[in-house]
Amino acid sequence: MAEHMPVDKTFKLFIGGVFPRSESGRTFQVHSADGDLLANAAQASRKDLREAVRAARSAQAGWADRTAYNRGQVLYRVAEVMESRRAEFTSVLIDMGHSPGDATAEVDRSIDRWVWYAGWADKLHHVLGTVNPVVGPYFNFTFPEPTGVVVVAAPDDPPLLGLLSRIAPVVVSGNTAVVATGGPSTLAAVTLAEVLATSDVPGGVVNILTGEKGELLPWALGHMDVNSVDLTGAPDGLEDEAVAAAADNVKRIVRADPAGASPYMIGDFLEMKTVWHPIGR
Amino acid sequence: MAPTDNPHEPFGIDYAPAPESTAVVNIAKTYGHFINGDFVEPSSGATFPTVNPATETHLANIADGSAEDVDRAVAAARAAFEGPWGQMPGSERGKYLFRIARQLQERSREFAVLETMDGGKPIKESRDLDLPLSAAWFFYYAGWADKLEYAFPNRSVAPHGVAGQIVPWNFPLMMAAWKLAPALAAGNTVVLKPAETTPLTALLLADVLQNIDLPPGVVNIVTGAGATGAAIVDHRGIDKLAFTGSTEVGKAIQRAASARRIPLTLELGGKAAHIVFEDSAIDQAVEGVVTGIYSNQGHVCCAGSRLLVEESIADSFVERLRRRISTLRLGDPLDKNTDVGAINSADQLQRITDMVATGVSEGADLFQPECDLPDKGYWFPPSVFTGVQQSHTVAREEIFGPVLTVQTFRTAEEAVEKANNTPYGLSAGIWTEKGSKILWMTEKLRAGVVWANTYNQFDPASPFGGYKESGFGREGGMHGLAPYLHERADLTGGGA
Repeated sequence: MAEHMPVDKTFKLFIGGVFPRSESGRTFQVHSADGDLLANAAQASRKDLREAVRAARSAQAGWADRTAYNRGQVLYRVAEVMESRRAEFTSVLIDMGHSPGDATAEVDRSIDRWVWYAGWADKLHHVLGTVNPVVGPYFNFTFPEPTGVVVVAAPDDPPLLGLLSRIAPVVVSGNTAVVATGGPSTLAAVTLAEVLATSDVPGGVVNILTGEKGELLPWALGHMDVNSVDLTGAPDGLEDEAVAAAADNVKRIVRADPAGASPYMIGDFLEMKTVWHPIGR
Repeated sequence: MAPTDNPHEPFGIDYAPAPESTAVVNIAKTYGHFINGDFVEPSSGATFPTVNPATETHLANIADGSAEDVDRAVAAARAAFEGPWGQMPGSERGKYLFRIARQLQERSREFAVLETMDGGKPIKESRDLDLPLSAAWFFYYAGWADKLEYAFPNRSVAPHGVAGQIVPWNFPLMMAAWKLAPALAAGNTVVLKPAETTPLTALLLADVLQNIDLPPGVVNIVTGAGATGAAIVDHRGIDKLAFTGSTEVGKAIQRAASARRIPLTLELGGKAAHIVFEDSAIDQAVEGVVTGIYSNQGHVCCAGSRLLVEESIADSFVERLRRRISTLRLGDPLDKNTDVGAINSADQLQRITDMVATGVSEGADLFQPECDLPDKGYWFPPSVFTGVQQSHTVAREEIFGPVLTVQTFRTAEEAVEKANNTPYGLSAGIWTEKGSKILWMTEKLRAGVVWANTYNQFDPASPFGGYKESGFGREGGMHGLAPYLHERADLTGGGA
């Protein structure tokens, strides 16, 4: 019997729950830490970004309308699927130059991180919301809501833990995400896309673009249907002028610890709504 | 007594004039900046006048702040932050805020009259809303100063340092209080710029700060217009910026601040939908809609400027609205019976006049009650546009004046669609007696404050602020503390 000839994977974008190539036809080479060519990954264009924002916008209301309990379960399911692909994630990180021990540790932390955030779906209201003792005869309360569509510049380091640590606080509350990745996190991102596609996350909730973050971010920052941009993983060369364009529709700009975890990081992508109603007979 | 046709005198009697005395107010001829605990001359020597918009009377000359003045103020604030204020325990900081609250209560009459003279708002509003809320804001945040570790569980917080705060002219003292109280409670020091048309109550507040022995430099007040504000925004010694004002200026500030990556909060414009269902308590809804748009001459960022009324009751509701508007008493803001005061400035009057002309030229139907406008001062009658399309300028852009647009809807879904069809998202109003509908609407409306069966309520314990282009960050409540604190580097948070 002939030796099995490996079937190489085509690395594509993940938009609206499906895997298109870049409309531009562009690809870029992904190399291992040893310099071996691993893939010709799709290099997302401005139009791909717009498509991804459109998919994210279409999915947002439905995702936010899920009950918090349901969103928590859907996200937990992602961790279940990741667990079943531990070996693949580990090998991706080894390709990227991690030692086997470091790779295993990062995969474990990443899965645990995701589980931790999944559990916040139906608890963040307790920690971040309030009932307010106002002076007049009014029932007054404040609760968090998702801000809308968030573009996430995924951190290069740590490639998998950083990616998950920035996506989870965005989507757990009902936002949808367009994730811009490139460089070392490309393979982790594409693998994550396959996990998302085979779990219960509705199409469009997380969209993943691979390519040049520095090329995609100025368009994201100027896009009038994006509510927030997480610049945690933005490249150093990002121009001040590009970031200033976020003011055109008063985007919420976030920068955070790439590997941190906190309910306040969920809060970075939330709006607070206060409701007043008279008390009377 | 025979009923008459005059809505102001339906029974043939009218209110006698009831002007509040101005004897309680003592306005200086000229005001310098308040820097490091003292009033100081502006570096350039330049001043600008502030006038009473109801009479066009000159009130005082105000120091025009230069970049050099801002620099002095920031230096004083920095020294205070690194000195006494930064070292002080929260419990002691809080006592200063309590003192401010008490003095505002004690001198409430004086502040209210001055606010009305400088800004044109009815005395009953400055007396019953601006002043009580200003005092309450300090009182509320005073109590937080020594409890910050309870506001953010598992998070170790510290003040930013020097906060630059720029406030508008519609609620001059109250907006200063909303900004100062949480900043000081959190342990920051402040450079505050009041609006150029309404600087006097902030400068009177400086007198209070002297009286209560607030350490010099903790609060510095630099007066001036846009250039002075820009000098604050651009100053490298500012660690945190907070702005309340127009969306246009807010965007410019976000642009300017973005390169410096300093924390920013923006409370910007609005175009709030005020939604009235057929099953609402109609008379209360009429009052709510009137309060929502005509209080403070509509100079309110969260004003309910777009009435969305269910089609089945639209005609009768608009009729009631017109009748009610015809009874509003416009005139001397110092008169205790006045409902609608003076427009804040000649510039703002021009903007409103232009916008209303645009509304007419685009085809909307304008209603204004018969209303004698005083000869002197800046005045605009309460106005209602019917026959309004979503595409009309008056339905899309913030007017910041006493101008209401009326549109109709047939279903709750349509009301939500229309309400959210705006880049703004500050506030919204809902009138219906059906509780479940209120809560459903509340979830769907993209706005930071939802008033149900009430409107324009504010409280220091209640977070206020916008979605979308109405800004970010909250003022009031525990949430209002967060913008003035950052997470200390020695604790990286919990998590797996």
